[in-house]
Amino acid sequence: MQTLQAKSDKETSVKQDPISGSEAVLRCLIEEGVETIFGYPGGAIMPIYDALYGYADKLTHILVRHEQGAIHAAQGYSRVTGRVGVCFATSGPGATNLITGIADAQIDSTPLVCVTGQVASPLLGTDAFQETDVIGISMPVTKWNYQITNVDEIPAVFAKAFFIAKSGRPGPVLIDITKDVQNAMMQFSYKKCEKIRSYAPYPKPTQQSLQDAAELINTAKKPYILVGHGILLSGAQKEIVEFAEKAHIPVASTLMGLSAFPTDHPLYVGYLGMHGNYGPNIKTNECDVLIAIGMRFDDRVTGNLKTYARQAKVIHIEIDPAEIDKNVKTAVAINSDAKEALHELTPLIKKQSHTEWLQEFRDCDKIEHDKVIQHALHPETGKLKMSEVVNVISEMTNGEAIVVTDVGQHQMATSRYYKFKVTDSNVTSGGLGTMGFALPASMGAKLGKPDRQVIAVIGDGGYQMTVQELGTIMQYNIGVKIVVLNNSFLGMVRQWQQLFHEKRYSFTEMTNPNFIKLAEAYSIPAEKVEQRENLKAAVQKMLDAKGPYFMEVIVETEENVFPMVPAGASVTDIRLE
Amino acid sequence: MNTPQPDNERTFIISVLTENKSGLLNAITIIFTRRKINIESINVSESEVVGVSRYTIVVKLTREKAEKLVKQIRKLIEVLGAFLYEEEDTHYQELALYKVPLEPFLNDSQNTIENLIRQHFARILMVEREYIIIEKTGRKSETQQLFEELKAFGVSEFVRSARISISKSKRRTERFLEELEELSARTSKKVEYQD
Repeated sequence: MQTLQAKSDKETSVKQDPISGSEAVLRCLIEEGVETIFGYPGGAIMPIYDALYGYADKLTHILVRHEQGAIHAAQGYSRVTGRVGVCFATSGPGATNLITGIADAQIDSTPLVCVTGQVASPLLGTDAFQETDVIGISMPVTKWNYQITNVDEIPAVFAKAFFIAKSGRPGPVLIDITKDVQNAMMQFSYKKCEKIRSYAPYPKPTQQSLQDAAELINTAKKPYILVGHGILLSGAQKEIVEFAEKAHIPVASTLMGLSAFPTDHPLYVGYLGMHGNYGPNIKTNECDVLIAIGMRFDDRVTGNLKTYARQAKVIHIEIDPAEIDKNVKTAVAINSDAKEALHELTPLIKKQSHTEWLQEFRDCDKIEHDKVIQHALHPETGKLKMSEVVNVISEMTNGEAIVVTDVGQHQMATSRYYKFKVTDSNVTSGGLGTMGFALPASMGAKLGKPDRQVIAVIGDGGYQMTVQELGTIMQYNIGVKIVVLNNSFLGMVRQWQQLFHEKRYSFTEMTNPNFIKLAEAYSIPAEKVEQRENLKAAVQKMLDAKGPYFMEVIVETEENVFPMVPAGASVTDIRLE
Repeated sequence: MNTPQPDNERTFIISVLTENKSGLLNAITIIFTRRKINIESINVSESEVVGVSRYTIVVKLTREKAEKLVKQIRKLIEVLGAFLYEEEDTHYQELALYKVPLEPFLNDSQNTIENLIRQHFARILMVEREYIIIEKTGRKSETQQLFEELKAFGVSEFVRSARISISKSKRRTERFLEELEELSARTSKKVEYQD
């Protein structure tokens, strides 16, 4: 009797009613802890949307206004929460509209799972309506992709997708599901993926590399730390502070590394790269040991590689072996997760003091302040400057907001002048430089961190690339604060035209719509600021607003972002004016 | 610091072990395409381990570029391993087939063609009413030489296979896969480090 009872229990737990492939997809997402999906329906993904109708209590779906909006929102969501961003799109144009965001997520190591519908499997390769070879198109810009043509594959493929997206160096994964599979029935059971034999996401730092690195650091006179996105991705914020403090080493950040190290920390010396701070750039070519952590020596950081840090012994802590020795030759490579490497390395480091060396950075700060910053932040006449607007926002939010930027001058001004005090607060399109990123990414960021102030700072050019997402913001009342710094120019291109093309302003001047009316058309309260004396009050009003808010600031038309390392020049050739 | 050796462009053999998955050939070749690197030859076959494919890819590159390329190939999820060899670190072979009209053979009073086949250690694969097919294994220069010499008799079709090669390394694929099982099982230590 007992045996019979046990047997029947087991059977009921195993044997469930079959469910559709579409429902299985949603069950997989729930198993992976997904709460929010950004998407847009269409023919080839309709069965999944039909299943979603019955899952409204378990999964929140945000209907965007364009698939590019969905993927950037998923990126913004992921970047502030550390979770895998999820988006849905239909086949053909729906899927191709995701590609820009997928490429962006790939180069900026953002974990995403993108689900695309596909025509029914018998129609594959027949040029059916809305058929595109999404697997082929997305192959070079995804960490992994897979087309499901058999319903029973769904759980294992989703488990693998989430594991790959999140582990090691994160990245976007795309799953293409044919429509017949969405409709087919299956027995659902789910097991998380914990290992793939051909994939080793967490290489172990070798003792030799740790000891070699420690020896270099312990004997260095002018050591210098560069932190990148890897600090945030590995969650090494505490470890990096302990490491830098123990050895008393100045710390600079890449664009993607901003907010990994507190800007008010005494060892923080600033922001690197083309429009970075003066000291952090020129001292790269004066340090004796350069410790690069979770960054990839992008050309916007290094300038001319032939003259980059040639005097320094380079220690590169990096999880992706393909990044090691790719651009800069290392003396010691520690191939591992940044957090693990720092945890192992700090005990091997001697307590040191490098006060004089740190002072050299401060001396550079003085030069930069006198030549650039003072004029950028405190002009007394003329139109408002981007830099002073960012500075006011930074002060009035106490550096505690999540700041989402687009691409261009406003992005560089924000990266330079927003004083991040809270980690995981910088959301920008770094590697790909995708205009149109900020507005949808800010929606994702706000939905991911509803309790934090989320401010999107955007140029008038990039804003108009995805401005339709105001509709999404209106529909879901997403409380983002949108700041458009309007100079009626594609400012960064104009700056290059001024500096390198004899002011031949070829197609960079823009006639813009009435942005205030546009925001109001979407029922978003809006204010336009033109006068310096009105700026603070307007920012305060924006910060106090409960829901979404739009602020347009008319800024100087031909303002340039300085300092600047011209493309291909050496970091020491940084121009202050 | 060692004095840098000149890194001249030369032939490298990239040997890749992968899971047997459709689409992977494309994923591997676009890594070359993106960098505008021409593939001299490529061969895919099942390896000594069931379910594991072996790619043999021949490229002309500097070592620095070849090493970076191999690292990119290793990043593909289903790639088990990618190994870079200088030509002399491998034993390699190619196969060539030549279609030649039958007529000259019927009137070969000087034994010219017979001698040619003997000298080149080639063999007759098939004799048809109109033509014969000659087969030769060897390195490219050797199969090319026979091609040049057969031209006088009219070669109506010529095909050469991709290079296949076996490394001189002592590594055993089975053992390598066992090591991978351990490496891939390693997870982040993040959890242990929390506070």
